[in-house]
Amino acid sequence: MVARKKKTDSAPAHPKERYLYWYELMLRIRRFEERALVMYGQQKIRGFCHVYIGQEAVAAGIESAIRREDCIVTAYRQHGTALGRGVTSREAMAELFGKATGIVKGKGGSMHFFSAKHRYFGGNGIVGAQIPIGTGIAFAEKYKGTDNLCVTMFGDGAARQGALHESFNMAMAWKLPVLYIVENNGYAMGTSVSRTSNVVELYKLGASYDMPSEPVDGMNPEAVHEAVSRAAEYIRAGNGPYFLEVRTYRYKGHSVSDPAKYRTKEEVEAYKERDPIKLIESIIRDKEIATEQELQAIRDLIKEEIDDCVRFAEESPWPDPSELYTDNYVQADYPFIRD
Amino acid sequence: MGRMLALRDALREAMSEEMRRDDTVFLMGEEVAEYNGAYKVSKGMLDEFGSKRVIDTPIAELGFAGIGVGAAMNGLRPIIEFMTWNFAVLAFDQIVNNAAKTLSQSAGQFKCPIVFRGPTGSAGQLAQQHSQTFESWMANVPGLKVISCVDPADAKGLLKSAIRDDDPVCVMESELLYGHTGEVPDGEYLVPIGVAAVRRHGTDVTLVSFNKMMLPTLEAADILASEGISAEVIDLRTIRPLDARTVIESVKKTNRIVVIDESWPFAGVSAEVAYVVQKHAFDYLDAPVTRINAADTSLGYAPTFVEEYLPNAGKIVRAVKEVMYMRY
Repeated sequence: MVARKKKTDSAPAHPKERYLYWYELMLRIRRFEERALVMYGQQKIRGFCHVYIGQEAVAAGIESAIRREDCIVTAYRQHGTALGRGVTSREAMAELFGKATGIVKGKGGSMHFFSAKHRYFGGNGIVGAQIPIGTGIAFAEKYKGTDNLCVTMFGDGAARQGALHESFNMAMAWKLPVLYIVENNGYAMGTSVSRTSNVVELYKLGASYDMPSEPVDGMNPEAVHEAVSRAAEYIRAGNGPYFLEVRTYRYKGHSVSDPAKYRTKEEVEAYKERDPIKLIESIIRDKEIATEQELQAIRDLIKEEIDDCVRFAEESPWPDPSELYTDNYVQADYPFIRD
Repeated sequence: MGRMLALRDALREAMSEEMRRDDTVFLMGEEVAEYNGAYKVSKGMLDEFGSKRVIDTPIAELGFAGIGVGAAMNGLRPIIEFMTWNFAVLAFDQIVNNAAKTLSQSAGQFKCPIVFRGPTGSAGQLAQQHSQTFESWMANVPGLKVISCVDPADAKGLLKSAIRDDDPVCVMESELLYGHTGEVPDGEYLVPIGVAAVRRHGTDVTLVSFNKMMLPTLEAADILASEGISAEVIDLRTIRPLDARTVIESVKKTNRIVVIDESWPFAGVSAEVAYVVQKHAFDYLDAPVTRINAADTSLGYAPTFVEEYLPNAGKIVRAVKEVMYMRY
């Protein structure tokens, strides 16, 4: 393929390292999820499995804009968010396989990755329940006197839960350092946003609580990064919470068992035209931010990494059945009923 | 030496002592701060600890229970007060799906050291929605511990243990008995979670109960004693984990047991006690395990309904005579 020569006049808006970080992370997520679907088809992965394909720019733009010591909590479409935090492909794929080497030792599966060292609070399976939890994580940061924030992510379906309103209200009343991000991918499972409420522009939900709120193009990591940076600065200054509606799209169904018949092929294709990975690739090329060789090196790295993580998951042992009785209680000698 | 203290004052001492000891402990709930507590359990705590640590919430049980869970996952030790456990039903998602499961889901990476506390059970003519018990609901859930005790000294020691516990603990109190007094030891002490107390030693029959029902149970034991029947009375104090051994050892001695439990009968605490006894003391039983529960109905308002619904000393005495095959 002949490298395009179409250098635009304007300088890149971000440093080279950031573009390459976005490219690598989004490619890692995309290839990881594609492989997860293949493995699901081979029944190596069981249970529920919700992939992040199409939404990669959200994880990428958030991570480049916040600090490692900030916290993130999200819902069950979470492989990409966890990979963004720094959970390795090996730990993630092994978890999907249910192996002892997984990020939570085979105890969580697709919906429940957690990583204390990455300040990643999961991986939560009850729609919207993580909204108060993220608010509480932020409460603790304020209580301890840090300037860390908690990014509390949820889907458009969760935006209809009462937990959102209770959390928004208390976070504003107490000026908690929480950045709420709704990943609006248009559909709560099979039900479109417009069918669930009179209010379809979700950022407007913040207005009831006087919470600063804005919509963001979620197909572009530059836009996500810039909005999250602004919001984070506002929050760290002690002003209280901020709410971003990140408008994104999932290319696949809600879960592996969803054929997504509630939307048109044309709609899906239109979003694929705005694919975040293609977008960043074209910006890198057009603005000559990096060479084709550098991009190829990243693609090779990711291909090897994904092949490796599947091998690792395959070869890893199952958790011992006795592990069923660990991590239910901190108390080491808890007397389980075992008669 | 000790002092006579009401249950509410003993509970307040437990919270205040633990808050003086550990900066990460805080109290959050409806009316806990400026109003001094709906039942005055937290009276004066705002003055001592300030609004950072004694926090009034809006009426949003799901939200503030979840904020407590998040804070606990992130290094704090919240005490979440529910005005009653009837209202905590709105927060069961956070208690059951999150507090109880965070440690398991995260394979031990995130513990959840949180106390959910408030009154449970009937409290006069409060009708259907304000008269329920929740011990058996919460005790069904692995990951949780459940305390239900109204003896002031023990309630204080147990609440202190609960606040220090690294696992989530549900503490069930009693609206009617916040003024119930008892001798509370001076100085620092803890009561271990998961250990029942033998309140009265006896040889003819074992009576097992907890929380408010301890009062009619002890009253029944007095009546029985006056008729020459020696009842051993056990206060479970903790529902999960259940101290089965104390119950089984007692039944091996008395060969008869009546369980008095304000929960509804179906799959209640009494059912679990009955299972444990038939499983581990079957050959010692001289009569079927018998229980006195609240009626298997919703509780209506009129005083005649309350009288009919609740266990009382008369019903307990009758049940004891039944297991002793006596006329009554």
